[in-house]
Amino acid sequence: MHVPDGFLDAPTSIGTGVVAAAAVSVALRGARRELDDRTAPLAGLVAAFVFATQMLNFPVASGTSGHLLGGALAAILVGPYTGLLCMATVFLVQCLLFADGGVTALGTNIDLMGLVTVVVGWTVFKTLQAVLPKRLSMVAPSAAAAALVSVPVAAFVFVLLYAVGGTVDIPLGSLTAAMVGVHVLIGIGESVITFLAVTSIVAVRPDLVYGARPVLEKRELVVHSGAAA
Amino acid sequence: MRGTSTRVVAAGLLLVALVLAGVVSHFADRDPDGLTKVSQEHGFAHTASTHRGLLGGYGGATGVIGVVVVLGLAGGLTYAVRRRRSEDEEG
Repeated sequence: MHVPDGFLDAPTSIGTGVVAAAAVSVALRGARRELDDRTAPLAGLVAAFVFATQMLNFPVASGTSGHLLGGALAAILVGPYTGLLCMATVFLVQCLLFADGGVTALGTNIDLMGLVTVVVGWTVFKTLQAVLPKRLSMVAPSAAAAALVSVPVAAFVFVLLYAVGGTVDIPLGSLTAAMVGVHVLIGIGESVITFLAVTSIVAVRPDLVYGARPVLEKRELVVHSGAAA
Repeated sequence: MRGTSTRVVAAGLLLVALVLAGVVSHFADRDPDGLTKVSQEHGFAHTASTHRGLLGGYGGATGVIGVVVVLGLAGGLTYAVRRRRSEDEEG
């Protein structure tokens, strides 16, 4: 979903750039609370993993491909603020080194594929965690559901931006249907990759998964109260 | 729960990222992605302008370089953020 230069007009691109800069500065503050002995060693690696996985386009429909966005995954592995910093780094490198995503569209890409997927992914994940049984086995399925939802929402936000500052007049109904439709399919791939990645780390070291901590803390409480009785 | 050391998990993640970028990327689908395809079908693909990336396009070798650069930048950034936090706590 990398937006190239030229799709959105200059005022809209400046606006998305301001939003991205504000989001990154908020994330820089928020990440201070998230980064500890367990998340810090993994943050750079999560960014590297997202970057590598974004190279792997998979087929979704005839003549159309898609790739992982990764915001939901990053948020669940290292926390939403740190996750956004990881995503912003990925888009900066893609833009400068690989011309993947436009220079004036860097803010747009950080907003759509970083901010939106992190916020939507984390919100869906935390909501599911609140309503589902507090079990470690629920972490990866919740992450997969969060990933699935995050992609079409990002596609829909692109349509909203295009409605504001698109450089060509496109019927918004058909643009919405096309963007959300294809990105639901991409979201299925996103949820499979997210499920596999989260499952793998939960299997060996659940305490390294930021989003699994509330479940682990509860489990430790149960163990301790059991010992006291 | 702490059966596998953090170092081993980190090494595993790095290895997976390098193999995905360096090897598996050769098998990536070359068709246009969702947004590109939609822009072609809805008549706004021509508004896209491209610039030259410093490394050109994605290939096995450049993909590996990209992984290392992202790791260095994101790792360095989070390291700096964390160090600032511990300075705040001491001060």
